[in-house]
Amino acid sequence: MAELNSGDGGGGKKKGHVRSKKQNAGVDLTAMVDLAFLLITFFMLTTSLSKPQSMNLAMPDKEDKPKDQQEQLDVADDRSMTLLLGEKNQIVWYYGLPDNPIEGPTKVGYGKNGIRKELLAKEKTVLAKYGDPKKGLIVLIKASKKSTYRNLVDVLDEMAIAKVPTYAIVDITPEENAMLEKEGLFTK
Amino acid sequence: MAKVKMSKKSTKIDMTAMCDVAFLLLSFFVMTSTAKIPEPLPVDTPASTRETKLPDTDLATITVGDKKVFFGITGQDLRREALGNIAEKYSVTFTEEETKRFSLIDGFGVPVGNLKQLIALKGDERNKPGVQPGIPYDSLDNQLREWVLAARLAAKDAHQTELKIAIKGDAKEEYPTIKKVIDILQQQKVNKFFLVTGLRSDDF
Repeated sequence: MAELNSGDGGGGKKKGHVRSKKQNAGVDLTAMVDLAFLLITFFMLTTSLSKPQSMNLAMPDKEDKPKDQQEQLDVADDRSMTLLLGEKNQIVWYYGLPDNPIEGPTKVGYGKNGIRKELLAKEKTVLAKYGDPKKGLIVLIKASKKSTYRNLVDVLDEMAIAKVPTYAIVDITPEENAMLEKEGLFTK
Repeated sequence: MAKVKMSKKSTKIDMTAMCDVAFLLLSFFVMTSTAKIPEPLPVDTPASTRETKLPDTDLATITVGDKKVFFGITGQDLRREALGNIAEKYSVTFTEEETKRFSLIDGFGVPVGNLKQLIALKGDERNKPGVQPGIPYDSLDNQLREWVLAARLAAKDAHQTELKIAIKGDAKEEYPTIKKVIDILQQQKVNKFFLVTGLRSDDF
């Protein structure tokens, strides 16, 4: 069927009567099909993979009003955990208020053995304390001048992995910079 | 008893139809896939576990790397409109030819004053490192803000949609630069944006 026979037909020429042989018109398509499917696979994979991934980020509204006129939202100190992103790819976290933290400040790294453990543990503590999923953990992310964009994305990613209900990126304060400096993660 | 002779069947099958289909699909994928265009500012994006895809249309990308900021808009009509808005703002005029050439540029990073020179350059010269110094974004001469505004206006006029904004930052970029860009966006009450990331598993 799909073959091209070129070897036969040599013997008939010696006779006077030349009869045109019925040639088999089929060509072996195996290699061609192989190649075509290889290319299809290549283009299929590259088209879907070339689209870049992204991460949604919603920042809180910025208010132009001076600080004392802004609405203040009081949050229980035992629900809030603050992450200070320092240099050398390390984080300092504390739980509670900055001047009198309930726990911390402690230095940890990124990844599943670092900050993720702390986040999951704190989430459980808060849930056990309030018993209400609506009043979950609040994480404040404060990136110092020495942290990189990768650190920020990593932390946002941890929020997604640990399913932290509320988190926000907030400006760092001088006291918190001092806290980082004490841990050796901030140099002026 | 006579032996039952097995008829010798050919093991070959007709592949014509299969070949047809394969090439049809192949030509489809070749045509729909777009070649990767070299970027003027190559950045190494950080990885995340989230798999949200970037939207295709009405998207402006702010590329941040090496303390430089580049800006790009998808869609040729939006680029035209945005250039028109910028020309009005900085009172420069672009010819029809220049506007057309600009609408083919994916991303750029030059101050408005150098835009004409950039448009005149050939495509491969444009993307050489060092040719484009980045868009000024400090408080004295905040051209990035104007570009974002121009692009948003263009999207509103042309497609009646709010422009989506993606930030494509280099992983090693220091936070203050990113913060500045985010602040510029927040001044315009753009509080939602996309961070372009790579993909990884959550086991890190």
